[in-house]
Formats: sequence, C-alpha cells, structure tokens
Amino acid sequence: MSVAILREGDYLIAAILSDLTDKEVLELRGELTELVGRYRSRGLVIDVSALDVIDSFVARALRAIVLTVRLRGAQTVIVGIQPDVAIALVQFRLNLGPLRVALDLDAARTLLDQLTGGEAEDGR
Amino acid sequence: MDREPDAPDPDEEPEQQTEEHPAQESHDADPLLQELVAHLRENRTELREEWARRISEADLLGVMSDEEIFSEATEVFDNYVDALETGSIENLQTYARELSERIIPRGVETHEVLGIVLLLRDILARELFAKYQRDSEHLNRILDAYEPAANRIAVTVGVSFVEERERVINEQQEAIRDLSTPVLQIRERLLILPIIGVLDSQRARQLTQQLLAAIRDNRAAVVVIDITGVATIDRTVANHLVQAVEASRLMGASTILTGLSPEVTQALVDLDVDLSMMQTVGDLQGGLEEAERLAGYRGAGATDATRRAET
Repeated sequence: MSVAILREGDYLIAAILSDLTDKEVLELRGELTELVGRYRSRGLVIDVSALDVIDSFVARALRAIVLTVRLRGAQTVIVGIQPDVAIALVQFRLNLGPLRVALDLDAARTLLDQLTGGEAEDGR
Repeated sequence: MDREPDAPDPDEEPEQQTEEHPAQESHDADPLLQELVAHLRENRTELREEWARRISEADLLGVMSDEEIFSEATEVFDNYVDALETGSIENLQTYARELSERIIPRGVETHEVLGIVLLLRDILARELFAKYQRDSEHLNRILDAYEPAANRIAVTVGVSFVEERERVINEQQEAIRDLSTPVLQIRERLLILPIIGVLDSQRARQLTQQLLAAIRDNRAAVVVIDITGVATIDRTVANHLVQAVEASRLMGASTILTGLSPEVTQALVDLDVDLSMMQTVGDLQGGLEEAERLAGYRGAGATDATRRAET
C-alpha cells in the first residue's frame, strides 16, 4: 500500500504517498482504526500533500476516519491539502466540519498538543 | 389603412414589373426611392432643422449642446438619405459606430439614440404625407418603398450603438478583472487580502486561487480579508467568499473578514448566507489586532513545540 504509517510517541503519522484506489482507502481506514487502538495513540496526522486530487469518496473516507478514530480515543489532524484540492473539496459541499487541518507537520503537532492537553510532551 | 396588404404587390402598376420588392437589395434601381431621396435632399435644410428642434423638445441628447446636435443631425441625415438611396447600410453602419464611439463616453443612453433615429424616420414620413397627400395611391407606394428601408436603418443604427456599448462594457470588465488582487504578508504567517471593486465569479475564483497559493507559500496561519472596497454583494459572490474561507481553513489558516459595510451586511443577512463559520470584525484595524492575537498565540505555540522537540 502506498501509505507510510509511522509511530512517533503518542502520535501516529500516516503519509499518503500516491493516489489511492477506493479499496486502498477503505483498507487504510481499517488499518488506522486498528493501529490507533494497538499503540494507544492519542493523535493521528494524515499527510495528504502528495495528493493532487481528492475526490468525494476520499473526502468522505477522510471524514469517516476522523470520526472513527475519535471513537478509539485519538484526535486527527489533516496536513498538506493543496490549494486546488482545497477548492475542489469546498465545492463538493460535504460537511468537512469535523476535519481539523494544519498546514504542515509542525503546525499539526502544535494543534495536537493543544487538543490532547499537551500531555504527550509532558510525559516524555 | 389598406396599404400594408398592398405592400408586396408591385404588379398593380405595369411599369413597375421590373422592380423588386422594396425590402430587397435593389433600391438603387427603384424610381420611387429615387424620387423620394431627391425630395428629401431638396428639403434638407428644413428637415434637419425640424429634426434638431424635435430632438431638443423631446429632451434627448441632453449632454450635447444645440450646435453639436445640429452638426451630428446633419451628418446622420445625409448618411440616412444616402442609405435610402443606395440601399447599402455599410457606410451608415460605420458612421453609426464612430458616432457611438464619440457619444458613449459622454453618457448618451441607448433610448436616446433609438429615439432620435425614430424621430427622423417619423419626420421624413410626415414630410412624405404632406407632399403626396393628394395622391394616396402614390403615397402608398412611396411609403411601401420608404418604410422597410427606414426601419432597416433604424435597426442598423440601434444595433451598432448597442454593439459599441457592449464592446466598451467588455473592455472595462477586462480592465477590472486584470486589476491584480494583491495578497500581502504584513507579519510572519499573517496575510491581508484587500478586495476592491466588483467581484464576479471569475474574479472570485482567481482570487481564491491566489489566496491559497499565498497561504502555502508564506505558511500563513491567519488571513484577513478586507472587503471595505466592495460596494455590493450578491448571493454568488457571498458563496464564493464562504468557499474561499472554507478552503483557507482546509489549508490550515484561519480567516477574518473585515470591512463589511452596512449595505453589505444587510444584503448578507437578507440573502440568508450561512456565515456561521466566518469570523468577522468591524474594520481592518480591529481585524489586524485580532489576527495578531491569533497568529501570535499560535506562532508562540509552534516555536515552543519545535524548541521542545529539538531538545
């Protein structure tokens, strides 16, 4: 699968490296849900900066991942949405409200620290 | 009035057998039109004066002086009669376009141009009535020849004027569209986007793209969109603004909207645009203060985190 999933402390980083088929998107969702539980991760970063296109299926899947993973105890931040992708996503008129977004990994970490009360840093 | 049904029937008069229908392209051979043109040329001075007088009476071309009206009237009159004579409207078309170029910048309206051409048509028709009223047979035939030609001239002038006007409008639209919409960085990770002028769909889309590219390039955390310079707003534009804000959020930047005028705010509420996710501040100054607070807070957070991560 063209997704690199790294574990870093209490956070999980999933970098999508190339366009995914619908099947791979569903597999990713299952795997992330599984891993968040196994590693007891408190935060998840999904890096989509390699994606030039995000169709409505992937957008919905991202939203589903956010909601699923939250039920397993982790907050999600999406990182690296490209300008054209952002415009397209807005035009789908999906409810992207649950999506938390950051510009890059630094910003994502800061945001996650805020969301999880910064305990990840303190525990180190 | 029975002359309408007579119109397409030149067979009544044997000597007219060779003539085409007056509306067709053979006016130069039409002796009726020749006669008519000769008569109009003879009375050129009185007719012009009559026309100029009627134009002033009807309060048309109010932006032009009487002398100007008279000299333009002379030109139009001559072109008009020429067009009647030759049946070719090309010269008139060119002249009408030049005239439009001259008078559009001075604020002459479409209804005025159509009004004066129709006035001239009516004045000439009256003149024909006066001349031929004793011989109604002849009058009918003259009018048969005159009316289609005159109407065609009126249409030509009107269309030329409107085309010229549209050309000017299109040019101006392009000029507005080409006005760059600058995205300015005023602090680290803080951008402002002042929007001035008319927003249409195309410009709004272009603006959104520029904004998003700037957010990525400057790693912006906060964007202040100032719409003090936007006079009116409609549903399409409002939706574009909402989309720009939402897209910026997906890029990881918060957006603050400032400078909503009373008219714009009322329009937004009346249009029922969903602005719940928009953060708005009254003026640009307030917006910048709020933005600095947001960016400063986040900026500090980011550096703290990086510092801690480095140690």
